Amino acid sequence: MKKKSRVFSFLYIILCYLFFYVPILVTVVFSFNSSKSLTKFTGFSLRWYTQLISDQEIMAAVYVSVSIAIFATAISTVLGTITAIGMSKSKKVLRDTLLSVNNIPIMNPDIVTAIGLMILFSSMMIAKGYITMLLAHVAFCTPYVITSVYPKVRSLDDSLANAAMDLGATPFQTLMKVIIPSIKPGIYAGILLAFTMSFDDFVISYFVTGNGVQNISIIVYNMTKRTNPTINALSTIVIAVILVALIIGNVVPAIYNKRKDKKVKMEENAN
Amino acid sequence: MADMGNCIIELKGITKTFDDQQVLRGIDLNIYENEFLTLLGPSGCGKTTILRIIAGFIEADGGELLFNGIDISKVPPYKREVNTVFQKYALFPFLNVYDNVAFGLNIKKVDKTIVDQKVKKTLKLVGLEGFDKRDVTLLSGGQQQRVAIARALVNEPKVLLLDEPLGALDAKLRKEMQVELKKIQQEVGITFIFVTHDQEEALSMSDTVVVMNEGKIQQIGTPVDIYNEPENRFVANFIGESNIIGGNMIRDCLVRFDDVDFPCVDKGFKENEEIEVVLRPEDIDIVEPEKGQLVGEVTNVVFKGVHYEIMVETDKRQYKIHTTDIQEVGTKVGLCVDPDLIHVMYTMEY
Repeated sequence: MKKKSRVFSFLYIILCYLFFYVPILVTVVFSFNSSKSLTKFTGFSLRWYTQLISDQEIMAAVYVSVSIAIFATAISTVLGTITAIGMSKSKKVLRDTLLSVNNIPIMNPDIVTAIGLMILFSSMMIAKGYITMLLAHVAFCTPYVITSVYPKVRSLDDSLANAAMDLGATPFQTLMKVIIPSIKPGIYAGILLAFTMSFDDFVISYFVTGNGVQNISIIVYNMTKRTNPTINALSTIVIAVILVALIIGNVVPAIYNKRKDKKVKMEENAN
Repeated sequence: MADMGNCIIELKGITKTFDDQQVLRGIDLNIYENEFLTLLGPSGCGKTTILRIIAGFIEADGGELLFNGIDISKVPPYKREVNTVFQKYALFPFLNVYDNVAFGLNIKKVDKTIVDQKVKKTLKLVGLEGFDKRDVTLLSGGQQQRVAIARALVNEPKVLLLDEPLGALDAKLRKEMQVELKKIQQEVGITFIFVTHDQEEALSMSDTVVVMNEGKIQQIGTPVDIYNEPENRFVANFIGESNIIGGNMIRDCLVRFDDVDFPCVDKGFKENEEIEVVLRPEDIDIVEPEKGQLVGEVTNVVFKGVHYEIMVETDKRQYKIHTTDIQEVGTKVGLCVDPDLIHVMYTMEY
């Protein structure tokens, strides 16, 4: 009886994982296909990768996606962190209101935000293009940064800032040398969230861009209207980058901690 | 007693209100160079508020705060020549022991070799030699405490403020740190302002004790004065144990309470003035019933380690007595007090 249920649960997990990963696997496999077919694997080739690199339009889109993600992350991290610190110091009524208001853009369907921003830019006569896309990304990334930084700021011991000032640090030095280092985990989480939100955004970007500026999502959307394995090649590269980033993100801290433990132990033995 | 120099900090009529609640009701206090001064009182009496006003974290509503004769009430905390040891240490968790201690000097852009010398010297002073690279979050409470003291002392402040720094330590470690803190204070020769609610801590470490209650100073004096000559009922009750009895001053050196006249050494009261008498439990002697000034019956005996706590019921009240001689419950005993151990004080206004 027990054994049977264990077999069942194992099968269930396998099915789940297949469901998650088969589409990705298919994409990766067919990016190496020698023919244009998406159903029949005719042989290994790097044809689509060479085509991808030589395709000016796709490379431009990669540049737009990456640069927007970097700039939007940087700007929204600074904005969100400062806002979170300011909120923690303000009166309860204001703080609670700001927190609820901050949740609206997160809960709001992207399409509503997208149309809202589009109308805003049009009514203000701002020419749509790279700048409007960047502004829109900053707008929807900042609430995520606030949400991830704010709890860290709240749990910060007030006396840490007092201690820094007591030791001669000006308010700005206190911010840079004590408050920011103390809330680093929250800021890192915010950066990660903002970057992923910005990098894979389609709906909002699609509505606020113009003048031929496209990011990866938009160009992929436009290309899917005809069969084009170049998309598979592009997707495979993105998957590979994410995989490497995840491995580095998980393995490096583990190694670092192990080394630190070893060092502390060695020092203790030496003492 | 340390030899005290000039007045370094002067508080004149300091008041402070938080949310309609008056926390400080006019504090006048002079703090001298090299003094170990303790602010003692129950929680909520305003002692920490005074410390925070001196450090500059909060501003007083009224009154003057003078540092070497100059008003500093508008000077921000980072420009004041005082340093604080916080209640929960407030060490920077992302810095190691060395960098925590060096923080203040690095902010002031002191030359690296001088920083190194000073940090090493201060760590040695607090007994943490060789702990430089340790993670502060992995230290014990006592060690974190020492780092906090070193971090403040390394800046060579004129005044060190300590906000209940021993509160989080266990009883034994606390005793050790009391001795050590006193030693450090004598070694560096600077003013310590120490906040505590622990009367024993206050009495054993301080040159001057300031007893506070409800935002007011009740008494300022040496530990001996505070214990032997409490000025009012609050001080007598808060510091040590006492029997407090209402009575009348018949004339100089004669006080009447419980319908008995006792010779005493207090003078200068009005004739027949209503007063209160403090009798410390250890100052009452148990004698034969016929030799006693008061007569009563032993109702309860509790062993307290060094002494017994004996309750004696007279026809007027219960007396608490500390003695090393055991008594049987139910025995008739006489009570005697030496004239110089009777302390007469004015009745409290409220």
